[in-house]
Amino acid sequence: MARMKFLCDAERCIECNGCVTACKNENEVPWGVNRRRVVTINDGVIGAEKSISVACMHCSDAPCMAVCPVDCFYRTDDGVVLHDKDLCIGCGYCFYACPFGAPQFPQAGAFGLRGKMDKCTFCAGGPEADRSEAEFKKYGRNRLAEGKLPACAEMCSTKALLGGDGDVIADIYRERVLRRGKGSEVWGWGTAYGPGKPGAQPPAGAKS
Amino acid sequence: MSRLTLAAAVIAALFLAGCGESEQVVVYKQGKYQGKKDGLPWDNSPLAAEQRGGNWTKGDRGSWETQIKNRQLAQHEHKRIYQ
Repeated sequence: MARMKFLCDAERCIECNGCVTACKNENEVPWGVNRRRVVTINDGVIGAEKSISVACMHCSDAPCMAVCPVDCFYRTDDGVVLHDKDLCIGCGYCFYACPFGAPQFPQAGAFGLRGKMDKCTFCAGGPEADRSEAEFKKYGRNRLAEGKLPACAEMCSTKALLGGDGDVIADIYRERVLRRGKGSEVWGWGTAYGPGKPGAQPPAGAKS
Repeated sequence: MSRLTLAAAVIAALFLAGCGESEQVVVYKQGKYQGKKDGLPWDNSPLAAEQRGGNWTKGDRGSWETQIKNRQLAQHEHKRIYQ
């Protein structure tokens, strides 16, 4: 298996924040911490507004890993970048190193005191016993150990956000881009309602 | 007098040592994970059907990957509609 990745299709994202809500709910993320968020550019400009859902991208050469002074980051066999909260000292170096703003720091006390870093885990938990209470409290749900994909991607209503093996989701995206065309074809009837008969193939030249 | 000379020589040597061209660049060393070991996702048994658990054999990475791949392809609406 290749590496687990997220891919967000800016043509499809409707800024509903369903992914953000799904993540918050699934992992019971504390107030003030956003493992995932939706970023919009050209907000309100007709035809130019684009949104994209951003979280930890689980980089193949992760800068957070490189700068961590206590070496609390590791990469799983599936390419998911995780960290050990027992080691984290909350220094914030990873926050400055990350180009996506993925590392989050809960306010741990008065005067803006920072707690231990929290970030998207690709719903893969952390270094505690899989599917245990301790793992859930520290890192959130371990959906990969349940044979599932991250809640944000699976909950995405327009399927703008894809999660999984980089090769597989890249194939899905590529095929989608080839089929959807542009303009009004993006909102094809066939995609919404199918070909009409179960198991039937779409007619040649049909708008998808 | 000779002691004074010696002391002056030692002090002069120490001062001169400060003007050395010793290498002061920190060499970057790749860190190594220091934390606890994490479990492998395929080393868990699937959840019960009512919890919408997957279907794989505990400890068998291949079957777990097949389960995850099916899940990934479920994100592909063209496959879902036209299969």
